[in-house]
Order: sequence, then structure tokens, then C-alpha cells
Amino acid sequence: MATIVEKIIAAHSADDVYAGATVWLELDVRAARDFGGASVVKNFEKHYPGQKVAEAGKTFFTFDCVVPANNIPYANNQQLCREFAARQGVKVFDVDAGIGSHVLMEEGLARPGQTVVNTDSHMNVVGAIGCLGQGMGDADVAFAFRAGWTWLEVPPSVKVVLNGKFKWPTTAKDLALALLREFGSSRLLGKAVELYGPAAERLSLEERITVASMATEMGAVGIFMPPSDEVLEWCGGAAGAEVEGVYADEDASYEATYELDVDGLEPLVACPPSPANVKSASDVAGREIGSAFFGSCTNGRLEDFRATARVMSGRPAADGVVAYAVPATRRVYGAMLAEGLAAELFSAGFVVSNAGCGGCAQGQIGMTGKGEVQVSTSNRNFPGKQGAGETYLCSPATAAASAIMGRITDPREVA
Amino acid sequence: MAARPFVLEGPVWPIVGALGTFLNDVDTDQIYHNAHLAVTDVDEMGQYAFGNLAGWEDFPKKAKPGDILAVGANFGAGSSRQHAVDCFRALGVAGVVGLSFGAIYKRNATNAGWPLMECPRLAELELAPGDVLRMNLETGKVANVTKGKAVPARPFSRVQKDIYSAGGLLAYGAKLAS
Repeated sequence: MATIVEKIIAAHSADDVYAGATVWLELDVRAARDFGGASVVKNFEKHYPGQKVAEAGKTFFTFDCVVPANNIPYANNQQLCREFAARQGVKVFDVDAGIGSHVLMEEGLARPGQTVVNTDSHMNVVGAIGCLGQGMGDADVAFAFRAGWTWLEVPPSVKVVLNGKFKWPTTAKDLALALLREFGSSRLLGKAVELYGPAAERLSLEERITVASMATEMGAVGIFMPPSDEVLEWCGGAAGAEVEGVYADEDASYEATYELDVDGLEPLVACPPSPANVKSASDVAGREIGSAFFGSCTNGRLEDFRATARVMSGRPAADGVVAYAVPATRRVYGAMLAEGLAAELFSAGFVVSNAGCGGCAQGQIGMTGKGEVQVSTSNRNFPGKQGAGETYLCSPATAAASAIMGRITDPREVA
Repeated sequence: MAARPFVLEGPVWPIVGALGTFLNDVDTDQIYHNAHLAVTDVDEMGQYAFGNLAGWEDFPKKAKPGDILAVGANFGAGSSRQHAVDCFRALGVAGVVGLSFGAIYKRNATNAGWPLMECPRLAELELAPGDVLRMNLETGKVANVTKGKAVPARPFSRVQKDIYSAGGLLAYGAKLAS
């Protein structure tokens, strides 16, 4: 009878669960980033002076926005969080750790079937492993710290069946952009989306992360993928325990079912000023670029940097193009060092930085100046999001091809 | 604090356009312009309510404590700013009834303990400015007392009642056992 999101919520609530119901929801993980974290602490201390968080072991700070802090206000905010955490016995994943949503998965803290909130509008990326994550504001998260739960309106579920097979150098990012092209930013508004069909089932963990990370741009509550054996094995390894996936019932009811054929899907680019403004890479090709950003919660995994190196294949970034590689997490960074990827990208002229969110929210690295054109593997290109320039969203393969040529380039030209 | 009432009654402000029909998609920038986001004192926010909504700029001068807002579809779409809820609380506006609301706006209103009801049949009440509107949060009934008409709306859930009764989400948290 129940969809994935309904089952996860029902397992965490005493209230009746149906689409549209407002319920109290137990949280397995309550976290705050350096973005918003200081306001969480201030709200907590104002409203709950001298009180403890509900469960310190389920409460975390994940610093990932401006890491390490490069300005004093952010350094102050991070320190405020650290001192609060020390008083409360709460763990901090500090400025070296990487993107909180990814760290929580790697640490086995966010698992299939669980519930997580963080001050991160892309917290729903954990839908990649069949986990319910929600970004919330600082007042909500302060309450979650105190109570251990939050409230939620149960979203209506829709099913998207992905048929066919796409072929390199088309990648999962192009699939995410194809979903944005198909549904825009409003048709999935407020929905829990479940992905099925052969093209969804064969997605790797990293590819699932890429697709799930753009649910927010579609306006969806989350994109949920029934965990594959690979995902369960990875999550089990991270958790140091066996984990089980949550799957929809055979007779679950969906508000709508859509089908999308990805056979012959071309490399795509989302042009300014919005992620839903999607065009074929070949149609945008030729636009000169000044920089190329590789990373973010969308494309900051090891597989993404391998794809980047595969397209670069020893060629350098063009003169006049600054390329940035920002791993999602410290573990990804370590793996890039261990297998020589960091050195390979360094040799191609890349700035290879520590782990973090990169340029999103005008944070760590890769901000654009007025007039600068950037290709980016991240997820948002709204005016001002990553600086004053223009951001074109694309896959690592398309970004690498563009970096080599110094202009937006269909990766099929160089791959 | 005294128990908060589950039945609210007061003069209504239908937020309509030149044609007299509800304005839809009134976004948070029209409700509370981003030029005033630096204001942190709730009491100071009232003066900016609807400051960027054509025809309604003088709302803060006209509104009186206890008044109720009646609004169109997708009210409060846009940004997550809490100011767009707090500006009405600052004016003493008792609550809002609307065809539908932006998700974050609804969340912010709920968290602030400010009564918000979704009422898809609101237009049937033929609300005129100053008609007395009654909203029953518990039963979901919304009535135009002046014209003797009533329609059903979605009643408050347990969550909404808990938060509203406590005076807001953070205040609700303060009541939890340590």
C-alpha cells in the first residue's frame, strides 16, 4: 500500500501517514552546517538555556560551506558551533571533512530508511541511498536538536520510469538535466519522486548521488531510488553493520506515473539563469569560458574525477581557463591522491583543493567575477549563486571537454 | 500563557487586484521586500508589509489588530524569509485564510504559531473588505459571518495544534521534558 517515503515516515511517526498528513517525525540524524549553524546555536541557547540536545550521539555539525574559513565572520560562526558542540558532547565534522550530506553517508550515519535534517537545501541527496533527508531553516534545526524530531507534511509520491540506456560520454548528470528539461522546476513541486526502470536500476552509487542531488532544483521533496545490492553493500560497509533497504509495496499508489526514454540521450547543459533552462551541449557549443568547476554535492565523487581525467587524457586546460577540482569529501580527496588523480589533474593545470562545497552559496572556492563564464558540475546557476558571472551546468565530461577547448564543447568531440 | 483560542473572528482583508479577484502567486518579495531583510526586530517589520504589492502599499496604515487576511493561490511563494510572516504578526493580524500557500511560507507560519488555513472554496464566501470572517482551526470551518456563508477547510492537525497552543515551534520545544 505504501510508497518509499510513506514507509520511511511511518517507521518514524506515531501519526497516521498518508499524502497530505502533517506528522511528527523522529529523526535519526540532526545536523547543522557552518552555513546556518551559528543561528541554530543562538536559537537553541535563547530558547533552551542550560538545556541539552535530545541525543548528542545523533546530533552533528558538518562544516562544508566556507572551509577552511577565509573570513572572520565565518571563522567566528564555526568557533561558536565548536564551543557549543564541546559543551553538549556533540561531534563536529570540521573544515577538513567535506560536504556534510556526503560525510553522513560515508560515516554510515545516514542509512537507507532513515531520517535526517541539516541546514542544507540539498540534504535530500541521501535519497540516492533510499534515505529521507530534508534541508531546514535554523529555527527548525534548533528545535530538532532539542526534541530529536521535527514535523513534516507527507508528500504525494510520483513514479518516474526510465527506459533505455545512455552511452558515454553522456552521464548521470545529463540524466539529471534531462529530468529538469522534462519536468522543469514546478511539475514535481512538493513531490516525493521514485525512480524505476532499467536506466535507473543500473545506476551506480555515485550516479544515484548525482541524480538525487538535483531533486531540489526540480522542486521535489526528494528523488528516492530503491537501494541496489551495490548501495546496500556500500552502506553496510560504512555503517559496520548490515543495512536493509526500504522498498515500496507492490500496490503502492502514486499520484502520477511518467516514463522517460534515455536512449540516445545527448550531453546537456543548463544555461543561465536557471537549472531548468536546459539545452543540448552541441547547441550551446562555442561559448568561450574563463573557468571550469568540478565538484559539489552533485559531481564531487571519485567516479566524477575519473571521468574528468578520462576526458582530459593528458591534455591541459586551455590557456585562459582556470580549472578547479574540489572533492566532495576528505575520503574522496584521499582516494584521488592515492590513485594519482590529483597529480594528473594538477598536471593538467587544475587548482586541486581540499574537500568542501566549492563555489555554491559563494563559499569555499570557484566564485565567478562579473563577465566571467564558467562551466560547472554543480547544481545551481541562479544569478549570484556562485558569484557575479554566468554559470553553465554540465557533466564532468562536458566540463572537461570545455576546459580543454576553452569554450563550451560537446564531449563527443574530444572524448 | 493563557490558552490560545481555536476560533478566531475579525474583519477581513481580501487581498484582491483591480478586478476584485484574489491575487495569485503573491511572492515573499511582494509581501516583504528584500530591501528590509536586515531588520531583525519583529515589531519593526509591520511597516513594510505588502510594501511591494501594487495597490496594497498602504496596508500597514489600514490594518488593525485582530484583522484577518484572505488570500489567493500560492501565497508566499519564493524565498524562505520569516519576515513575510512576522510582518503581519507585528501588525496584530490574527491569521490568514487562503486558496493555497507556498510550502516554506506555510512552514514558517506554522512554526511561528500564526494561524494559517488552506481553504480551496474561499471564493464562495464572497468576502468584501470589513466583512467579519470566522476561522475555526479545530473544525476547519471558515465563515463569512456578515453574509451568513460558510465553507469547509482543512482543520489543524495534531502537529499544528501542538505548535499553535505552545505559541510557536521553539516555544513548544521549551515545554518538552529534559
